[in-house]
Amino acid sequence: MLFLRTLNLGVKSLLLHPLRSLLTVLGIFIGVASVIWLLAISEGISLEAQRQIESLGADTIMIRSVKPPNEKMATQGVTPYGLTREEYEMLVSTIPTIKSAIPIREIRRQFQYESRTIDGRMVGCTPEYAEVTRLVIDRGHFITEAENFNTVNVCVIAAKLAAKLFPYEDAIGKRVYVPENTDFYTVVGVLKDRGASAAIGGSMDSQDFSNDIYVPIKTLQLRIGDVVVRNSGGTREGEMLELNQITARVDNVANVRSTAAIITNALASHDFMEDVAVVVPLELLEQARTTRLMFMVFMGLVAAISLLVGGIGIMNIMLATVTERTREIGIRRALGAKQADIVLQFLVEAAVLSVVGGVVGILAGLFCTPVVIQAKWFASEYYPTIFKSLPEVVRNLTPAIVPESIPIAFFISIFIGIVFGLFPAIRAAKMNPIDALRHSN
Amino acid sequence: MIHACSIRNLKKEYVLKSETVRALRGVSFDVPEGDYVAIMGPSGSGKSTLLNLLGCLDKPSSGELLLGKDNVAHMSDNQLAEIRSRRIGFVFQSYNLIQQLTVVENIEVPLYYQGRLGAKERKRCIELAERVGLGERLTHRPTQLSGGQQQRVAIARSLVNDPYFILADEATGNLDSKTTAEILALFDELNDEGRTIIMVTHEDDVAARAKRVVRLRDGLLQSDVMNDPLARKAAAAHALDPVVETADEQAMHQPTTAPAN
Repeated sequence: MLFLRTLNLGVKSLLLHPLRSLLTVLGIFIGVASVIWLLAISEGISLEAQRQIESLGADTIMIRSVKPPNEKMATQGVTPYGLTREEYEMLVSTIPTIKSAIPIREIRRQFQYESRTIDGRMVGCTPEYAEVTRLVIDRGHFITEAENFNTVNVCVIAAKLAAKLFPYEDAIGKRVYVPENTDFYTVVGVLKDRGASAAIGGSMDSQDFSNDIYVPIKTLQLRIGDVVVRNSGGTREGEMLELNQITARVDNVANVRSTAAIITNALASHDFMEDVAVVVPLELLEQARTTRLMFMVFMGLVAAISLLVGGIGIMNIMLATVTERTREIGIRRALGAKQADIVLQFLVEAAVLSVVGGVVGILAGLFCTPVVIQAKWFASEYYPTIFKSLPEVVRNLTPAIVPESIPIAFFISIFIGIVFGLFPAIRAAKMNPIDALRHSN
Repeated sequence: MIHACSIRNLKKEYVLKSETVRALRGVSFDVPEGDYVAIMGPSGSGKSTLLNLLGCLDKPSSGELLLGKDNVAHMSDNQLAEIRSRRIGFVFQSYNLIQQLTVVENIEVPLYYQGRLGAKERKRCIELAERVGLGERLTHRPTQLSGGQQQRVAIARSLVNDPYFILADEATGNLDSKTTAEILALFDELNDEGRTIIMVTHEDDVAARAKRVVRLRDGLLQSDVMNDPLARKAAAAHALDPVVETADEQAMHQPTTAPAN
């Protein structure tokens, strides 16, 4: 009852100067909202990164061919580099912890159907590829063992590519034309849409699977071969590459690191070109978690600074209030207020300011996700060129509110009110009541 | 006999830089219950110091100061605050109401610091507001009241804790003569009801209304005389004489509207 009265009095006193109180609240509001927003955005980014890495699979190891720097390539003729089928056989047959492994060959090609042409990626693989990379078939079927063995000209196409190449008809049974090799591939399956995966190898961009066509690797070997020759600017450049990637699945997640080390050693002793990179998604995942932690600490620091500024605002206003209400303090002391009563009175006012700021800030924080999504939609709708030039992280951003950030923000705001209100409150209480009564205002 | 207040050889010294100011140099007198004392004296006589000591706002350097049965001379800051909230009724020259509170809430303030707030206390505050003639203005703020009305609120507030004495510091100093007369009449009534009043003033016609006049000079008691009861009645009657109001005085009756900043 008594405390309610103190609270009521505090609110009344603050309402004597509504604009001033509002501006003070604004400082805390911005601080608290920024805590929640910054944490939500960093959490959103890291969740997306983790999802991408997890989609690679924690029990997989990727061995990729890396094109050697130009000075190591022959200026004339064809330079062979990268993983070979022989190496693939060696890894599969000699390392017992590898449960299964998929050889992958990727080539950029144009695909045509009737008048429509699309630049995309032809991926030669084995039937296990769908399972290891978690591809989901929408219609038809994925490449079968028989199709691979018999080097049949069939293909499975990604959802977006299907939509672009066959906008008005069912792709199944149609034949996709590859002009560079004058070949036709019959579509036997269409995949469901698949999100991007984390970057592996050289590029920072995440892997995009939206323009992929999957064909049996043996068919690709037969129809296209290992040698790629490019004519450019009067010179012919050729390179010979048997496999772009081997994706190995390990029998147990605990064996991933040791297996990766064995693979690295085995390939290093077999090949002196340093043209192979071993990527372990598990390590990427752990890296991403560390990055997330650092990001959160950094964001927290930024938010803490804005809260500090808000707190100083409260202290400033409370000091002004105390000076302005010296007379009132004197009256209250004369009428029986103890020093503790005066401290409490001004602390309550400071706490009311910061808690109101905190609660409104939390409410604003909860709107983070819809606001960011709307903002992204607005940008993509009205400023598409600017939006496209934004980094991929920003374009894909969906903030995820960290549940702990809400109580934390609330208690921080109370804490700030008390900490920054204490000094002015004590100063008020320490005033000599006689001088305070004589104070003219 | 219990005295509302009893002072024995009260001294107060202030140290200002290297100089020691002896504001009170040994003052002794008693105020019996039901008395009405005016304390007078030129500036520098020590009357403000005495007022602060009587009001428990300050501690004496030496001597005894008894309020009722409480010896307040050696009390701590918190104990003095307790005495102020329970046993002293202040009435100030500039009313000293709290701007953000209503009439009733202002009267309640001493009870608030005693931790006594309830329906019973609220009823008592309303009764006191009615007693001083402000029953119609319970929810008004001080800025909506005239000076005389504000002083009435202050008087009601000084009565709320059933004090040993009402300590009035130049209570009519800011009021015009008509309002002064009204306030002094209210003091007379309260004194007739048995309330003890100690009033600091420098106006002779205000002091003439008290039962007794204590004069200080240079920190010492100069005189302590009883007013002639007949002279008091004459002064009271004279104060109620119709006065021709000037325009200025009329303006003073209007509610003051202090600018809120």
